[in-house]
Amino acid sequence: MSEKMNIRRDSGQGAPLWLLAELTYRCPLQCAYCSNPLDLAARQEELSTEEWFDVMHQARALGAVQLGFSGGEPLVRRDLEALVGEARRLGFYTNLITSGLGLDEARIEALRAAGLDHIQISLQAADAEVAAAVAGSPKAHARKLAMARAVKAAGYPMVLNVVLHRHNIDQLDAIIALCAELGADAVELANCQLYGWAHLNRAGLLPSREQLEAAEATTERWRERLAARGQDMRLLFVVPDYYAERPKACMGGWGAIFMTVAPDGTVLPCHSARILPMRFPTVREHSLEAIWYQSTAFNRYRGDDWMPAPCRDCDERHRDFGGCRCQAYLLTGDAGATDPACALSPDHHLILAAREEAAADTRSVHELTPRNIHQSRVFCRE
Amino acid sequence: MNAATVYRLRPGWRLQWEEAQQRHVLLYPEGMVQLNESAGAILTLLDGERDVAALIKELNRRYPQAPAEELAEDVEEFLQDASNQGWIRHE
Repeated sequence: MSEKMNIRRDSGQGAPLWLLAELTYRCPLQCAYCSNPLDLAARQEELSTEEWFDVMHQARALGAVQLGFSGGEPLVRRDLEALVGEARRLGFYTNLITSGLGLDEARIEALRAAGLDHIQISLQAADAEVAAAVAGSPKAHARKLAMARAVKAAGYPMVLNVVLHRHNIDQLDAIIALCAELGADAVELANCQLYGWAHLNRAGLLPSREQLEAAEATTERWRERLAARGQDMRLLFVVPDYYAERPKACMGGWGAIFMTVAPDGTVLPCHSARILPMRFPTVREHSLEAIWYQSTAFNRYRGDDWMPAPCRDCDERHRDFGGCRCQAYLLTGDAGATDPACALSPDHHLILAAREEAAADTRSVHELTPRNIHQSRVFCRE
Repeated sequence: MNAATVYRLRPGWRLQWEEAQQRHVLLYPEGMVQLNESAGAILTLLDGERDVAALIKELNRRYPQAPAEELAEDVEEFLQDASNQGWIRHE
């Protein structure tokens, strides 16, 4: 009697259903797997409150209904409550995607009063020591746990997000136990996507196949345990692309259902896409409608005319859309190539080489490059 | 489930009519279920007070052309499915 959200390519381009509002690149944490661009130090300009209101009005008029407030850390914007209030008045389902830092009971209440629907908090590890090494903050872990409890107490649905990599994946059992104790409704156990800072630190983040298989087995054991207890906590395990046989259906297809507006107003088909060697339009120059339906950037990889072999003759091309353009670009230098994560890609050897390189990498978590403004300046072109 | 069961939407989830999609959708953290007409009609009537019997009675009143027995079966099947999927809950 119902169907899950998906896209309809056969009847022309549909509306954007999802708007990700990256309010800022500022963040108190320094996670070495951050998906923000390396040159974020050169992109510190941010849209004003009124400009965000306008972006939300336009996106809602186009048909967008899910709205994520993200960053950086969105809580550093003091106008977050005002933005949430406007979004809710417009009819968006509003998600706050946060580290939990910058949150306190008063702000949770103010956000609730503004109409916020959901708060997703990220955890870095099961214990403070590993969490501190990953995020670069000794106090963050305890703060996150306190805020997760406060969010739960305030009656929000609670989704916890844990980015997995070789330095925390072995404590997955303890991580899930912690999430169960916090009373999460759902937990995203997401092996880190290797873009931005994570790509820079790739060899020091990618887990081994043995680690991955153990983690999947742990997740399955927990699913059975939770079911036996009657505890409704969903576990979503995201396999790393580098160990998959087929690429992920990235963003449900390029420019299919999803748009990101970056802190400076640049509009992107996903939050990683600004690394690609192409020009993306901004909300200061064009309407969202023109950008979504008419811009060169959003039309560039729609449909399958752009696809190279083996994608263009592949039966699965409408299932995975050729995989991820950012991954293709980062690995091959060609954003229009088949995602090398696919075992059928002529460039799949690059994935195998990356796994070998990672296997030989002996760096501790402390030796990865932290995501911060100081490190970012190294990557700024100007 | 029995005739006196009172279902409500899962806390924090929201049902709304989407003009752009011309249908009801069920919104939840970072996701959406696109509902067909009958699913939308049933969920709209879950106000936290109506039990299953009252819900079926109301639907019979609104859709008099639908065979009553079939409608009741469809509604119960849908509610069971929606409950299994975690969309709705009862006390």
